[in-house]
Amino acid sequence: MADNPNDALPPASKWAPVVAFAWLIPGGGHFLMKRPARGGLLLASVAAMFLLGLMMRGALFQWQTGDILTTVIYCGGFIANLFSGLFYLLARALGYNQPDVAGHVHDYGTKFLVAAGLLNILAMVDAFEIATGKKE
Amino acid sequence: MPKMTLSHFEASLLFALFTSIVLGIITKRTDRERIRYAVYCFGYFLVAIFGLSWLMYLGHG
Repeated sequence: MADNPNDALPPASKWAPVVAFAWLIPGGGHFLMKRPARGGLLLASVAAMFLLGLMMRGALFQWQTGDILTTVIYCGGFIANLFSGLFYLLARALGYNQPDVAGHVHDYGTKFLVAAGLLNILAMVDAFEIATGKKE
Repeated sequence: MPKMTLSHFEASLLFALFTSIVLGIITKRTDRERIRYAVYCFGYFLVAIFGLSWLMYLGHG
């Protein structure tokens, strides 16, 4: 709850487009706010992580429920994958989704794909904080 | 799409590198602090990689 009026959230019109763009294109929020160096590094890191995941033939998660472990792993993995934005949408659309097979390389690939989405969540939070003036 | 086969060590090094870069960018306020924090995170990742690898090697007998 924002007791201090200075802590109140600015109108969504100020930060929502930045956050949406940051989701769609990793680092895009930073580009939109004229921070190209940071945006470029975020884009390069998330893109490299995602592409390495695909090249290692990692699997993209699908929403699946069942026992608690299955639900946490598959739904959590799906949400994390989704946060890779355009990379995820393109990989799905172009049929780069791999079946989940055994092997340490495939397993690393799956983790890299998930980690790319998680890193983009961090980038989105950073873009949100900059857009709302909490950070420079 | 070319297929890439990495060892455990290579994969964990790349993971550490990209994660450290992002952590450095988002957590600190000046460029100098960001670089220092990214290097610091990468160093700790390396320590964890080597430490856990040795632990598993010795624990395996």
